[in-house]
Amino acid sequence: MEHIRMPKVENVRLVDRSSSRRTHVGTLYLTATHTIFVGEGSEDRNELWVLHSLVCNVVKHKASQSGYPLLIHCKNFQVIQFIIPQESDCHDVYISLSRLSRPEKYEELYCFSFNPNVDKAEREHSWDFLDLKAEYSRMGLPNKLWHVTPINREYRVCDTYPADLFVPKSVTLPVIVGSSKFRSRGRFPTLSYYCKENHATICRSSQPLSGFSARCLEDEQMLQAIMKSNPGSRFMYVVGTRPKLNAMANRAAGKGYENEDNYCNIKFQFIGIENIHVMRNSQQKLIEVSALRSPSMGEFLTGLENSDWLRHIKSIMEAGLFISKAVAEEGVSVLVHCSDGWDRTAQVCSVASVLLDPYYRTLKGLMVLIEKDWVSFGHMFSHRCGHLIGEAKEVSPVIDQFLECVWQLMEQFPCAFEYSEKFLISIHNHIYSCHYGNFICNSQKERKDLILCIIKEKAHSIWLHLWEKKLDFMNPLFKPDQSQNQGLLRPSTAPYCFKYWRRLYNRFDRELHPRQSELDCLMTVKEETQQLEEELALYEQKMAVLDKERAKTLYMQKGVLDSKQALWSLPLDISLANTPQDYIGGAPNLCLFGDQTKSSDADNSDQESGVADFSSHSSGEESLPSEDSVKDPDSDETAM
Amino acid sequence: MEFAELIKTPRVDGVVLHRPFMPTVEGTLCLTGHHLILSSRQDNTEELWLLHANIDSTEKRFVGSLGTIIVKCKDLRVIQLDIPGMEECLNIASSIEALSTLDSVSLMYPFFYRPLFEVIEDGWQLFVPEEAFKDLESMTDEWRLSEVNKDFSVCPSYPSLLTVPKDIDDESLCKAASFRHGGRFPVLSYYHKKNGMVMMRAAQPLTGTNGRRCKEDEKLINATLCAGKRGYIIDTRTIAVAQQAKARGGGFEQEANYPQWRRIHKAIERSNVLQESLIKLVEACNDQSHSMDRWLSKLEASNWQSNVKEILTTACLAAQCIDREGASVLVHGTEGTDSTLQVTSLAQIILDPACRTIRGFEALIEREWLQAGHPFHQRCAQSAYSNGKPRSEAPVFLLFLDCVWQILRQFPCSFQFNENFLIMLFEHAYASQFSTFLGNSVAERVKLLLSQKTVSLWSWVNRPQELERFLNPLYEPNNLVIWPSVAPQSLLLWEGVFLRWNRSTKCLDEAYQEMAHIIEYNKELQNKVNSLRRQLAQLETEDSPLQTP
Repeated sequence: MEHIRMPKVENVRLVDRSSSRRTHVGTLYLTATHTIFVGEGSEDRNELWVLHSLVCNVVKHKASQSGYPLLIHCKNFQVIQFIIPQESDCHDVYISLSRLSRPEKYEELYCFSFNPNVDKAEREHSWDFLDLKAEYSRMGLPNKLWHVTPINREYRVCDTYPADLFVPKSVTLPVIVGSSKFRSRGRFPTLSYYCKENHATICRSSQPLSGFSARCLEDEQMLQAIMKSNPGSRFMYVVGTRPKLNAMANRAAGKGYENEDNYCNIKFQFIGIENIHVMRNSQQKLIEVSALRSPSMGEFLTGLENSDWLRHIKSIMEAGLFISKAVAEEGVSVLVHCSDGWDRTAQVCSVASVLLDPYYRTLKGLMVLIEKDWVSFGHMFSHRCGHLIGEAKEVSPVIDQFLECVWQLMEQFPCAFEYSEKFLISIHNHIYSCHYGNFICNSQKERKDLILCIIKEKAHSIWLHLWEKKLDFMNPLFKPDQSQNQGLLRPSTAPYCFKYWRRLYNRFDRELHPRQSELDCLMTVKEETQQLEEELALYEQKMAVLDKERAKTLYMQKGVLDSKQALWSLPLDISLANTPQDYIGGAPNLCLFGDQTKSSDADNSDQESGVADFSSHSSGEESLPSEDSVKDPDSDETAM
Repeated sequence: MEFAELIKTPRVDGVVLHRPFMPTVEGTLCLTGHHLILSSRQDNTEELWLLHANIDSTEKRFVGSLGTIIVKCKDLRVIQLDIPGMEECLNIASSIEALSTLDSVSLMYPFFYRPLFEVIEDGWQLFVPEEAFKDLESMTDEWRLSEVNKDFSVCPSYPSLLTVPKDIDDESLCKAASFRHGGRFPVLSYYHKKNGMVMMRAAQPLTGTNGRRCKEDEKLINATLCAGKRGYIIDTRTIAVAQQAKARGGGFEQEANYPQWRRIHKAIERSNVLQESLIKLVEACNDQSHSMDRWLSKLEASNWQSNVKEILTTACLAAQCIDREGASVLVHGTEGTDSTLQVTSLAQIILDPACRTIRGFEALIEREWLQAGHPFHQRCAQSAYSNGKPRSEAPVFLLFLDCVWQILRQFPCSFQFNENFLIMLFEHAYASQFSTFLGNSVAERVKLLLSQKTVSLWSWVNRPQELERFLNPLYEPNNLVIWPSVAPQSLLLWEGVFLRWNRSTKCLDEAYQEMAHIIEYNKELQNKVNSLRRQLAQLETEDSPLQTP
């Protein structure tokens, strides 16, 4: 609380993003965890809650005649603009928010103060929801060729790896230790995915410390053992996910990539994915494009092209596709690495897994995959997501790109995924929000060592929470038995197959999205169908009874579904559907005649119109754009 | 002329057909007067029947004695035929060339086509102006149906019957016509029942450089305004373009002469620019380089999406003036047969729920495109692969369909028809066995005796067995005005047309079927439950006397 210079400011105006001419007047509160804006009119749904941990940056703009603008950019791509009447207030809010949004210690994060109404047992249970051991046994491990090595139980060989690691049974402990010494940060080759059908595997590691000529017998034996653990194949691929030039430059620093001459039967393959710095800048440009106010088509497309974002997504997808084809079609094992093996490697392994295994296209499967390839294998969430104040250069949207690859696949294979994009967006939000304890810290060891006690003692796990809300995330078109969900997905990687992810980047610009959602409609229909099935069974049972006995007494249960006129027919938000945009482009108001000064307020009175302001939103849903910055964890994603 | 003269080689064996995403087919190639046919003579293989009229351009290549003809179609498909024998290949190529560029309308396939189905409802009689006027009469008595153009002499591109303000006599109409480009004086396009506002359309006024005016024209459009009300003139051209038009005798309404009207200029491109845009877009879509930068920059450079945005924005503006500002609107560009019709027809889709049904949409196309004199024959003579010197072809109608598709994507439950319906209309506008889109105006169609000699597209489409493919399973009537988003983020590339032949649609088709299945199953259950509930209720009443104490 000591960081809050100004807990409350009155007469603040919240600027509507869709039209800067519209503002909402209200009171701004700063709490230890949230910025809260309460619109005037005292109805509680006129509230905007923004979690401090979601704030990316706060910017003061030049004073305008109406006051001092304060712009807040959030990590979930929400942009909020307040206009504060007094300069000193604005400054105080700015200073307070700047500090509050940059916690210095893990203990300050929201997940340690977030306290939903559940008891201790339930909280502990939430951490047991996912079990990686069960995941490996689902894959068919351990088996006669692969087993868990105890070598990293104390995180002594590699402190960024998980405690339990699968290696070929044939490798001895000295080989593992030797190999780990020859790899950046000790990240020796270990199993990520095992394909039961043909025994091919995806293994992952960091780069070898080969320099220009160094060799390591144990490392060579390690790869040999991995290859041999796939009896059906005579060679294995080693995929370097860096651009070749970068990998070669690394040799000068004593690192680099495997020399095909030194390793038996490996084929080295470069698939160039750019580094975290390039990706950070690329996404920054993309965000700028997405936030342009009424851009022309040319500005938008040029901006999209110049951001290079879709080119990067395509390269990740191509790498994933290469690996999954090697495994599924050639039956060949693959070792993947980049530099440290926790960014590009994680992306590529998990994209390949989604392509290979239908399980990862289910809700639970995706959770497990993220828990395995990202959380347990030491993707540095706290650095990459900027959870704490620190090195800005460490921040990078690596996991965003993985989620986006999954989304791009959903666009090509609409029936192949059990979840909808809402699930991806929700996961994205929570990775950044620090609302739950899962994505805190940079490795399993850190999580255990440092604050194990407080994570499991105080924080909650996201996965159970998402699972309980799974109805919100279901894809009504999911057909597990359909051809597109059998075996390997083979996406097209033609450039036009990669699209701009509007639902993520313009998530809070409601006026940009379709006014009726096909999937929501279908979900409603499916739910209704389920009710009908139950009702039908009930009636059939009654008929049977009646037919048999011609009973004299009959208790009729009133049907619950009389006159069901398709619920889904109404636009999601009628008020929005009936709000024309600014079609005239630039002109202040369509009322061009002086004698017809009709303000937009007057429009509000028109029953059918309902300009997108507070009052006209349908109740039941949180109305303000920041629905999941959340006071209540259970309503956080509902309004999407 | 006999087609036989043009067919140098009617038949070649051992021809191999390559189509993207389909297995190659080997078979016999036959040329008839109107079709290119490839038949494998095997039971399960699909045959290719291609209308010559659908062929946009051809290219030939030779490797030894094996010739290859690349056929590029107006529906944007590209197929390849490998033909053994150089002479055969040359003959086939020149025959296709000749047959696909026949100039005379009366040699077109619709004049030879005999339907294999019984015409139950004649499409030629479905959408006559008298019927539309009856609807209008039930709402207002301010308008009359004028026969001033009954012999097409006042305006050759207008139909014989026109809806005009009641107080304006035919003589004034003739004078107003002489003041408008091509005689296209302002006529009623749409009456907004909710507030009585109207949308009219016309061609540009012929003010010229010395600012000519026409009292009758002024009176005509003022007659549509209620006392004290004002209206908007939406000129689809930029002010600069409109200024330049003066030098060629055209121009725009001077404020001084039309004090009750406020003019707004928008920037919809002229037809030759649109054609250029289509060619570039399709080239971008067919680019094989696999480079993301190249794709995005080519897409941007084609300007196609910008054109979609501009047209849609203008239509929204017109709709906004009518519905929100409570003002009447007059729309025109230069000739009033292209951008004007895009705007007036799209505005109606936004405003009028009836236009979102299949029948209503057909009626809209009849009213606002066919009868309104959009020169389909000229505009659809060539499509994206035309490489000759451009004449008057332009994808004006295709852009309209694209805009409708954009609205459909944003309101997927508000349209009775689906995307397939729009694609079908695109195909038939460019090449068809039906004659609906033949000719450039009603006058030309009357002269060709189309309604006697040929079959209307609507006679075929409206048969229940055809209609099924075009129904949107999610449709639930929505009586509201629907305002689409025109932000670049909201406008998508119409993949169903532009990437149709470049990707496999298997997964998307499966998704569509699944969607249809979900809805169908729900309806089926509802029926079952309802009938059981009735049965039970009946049994209950039969039993109830015994129950009453």
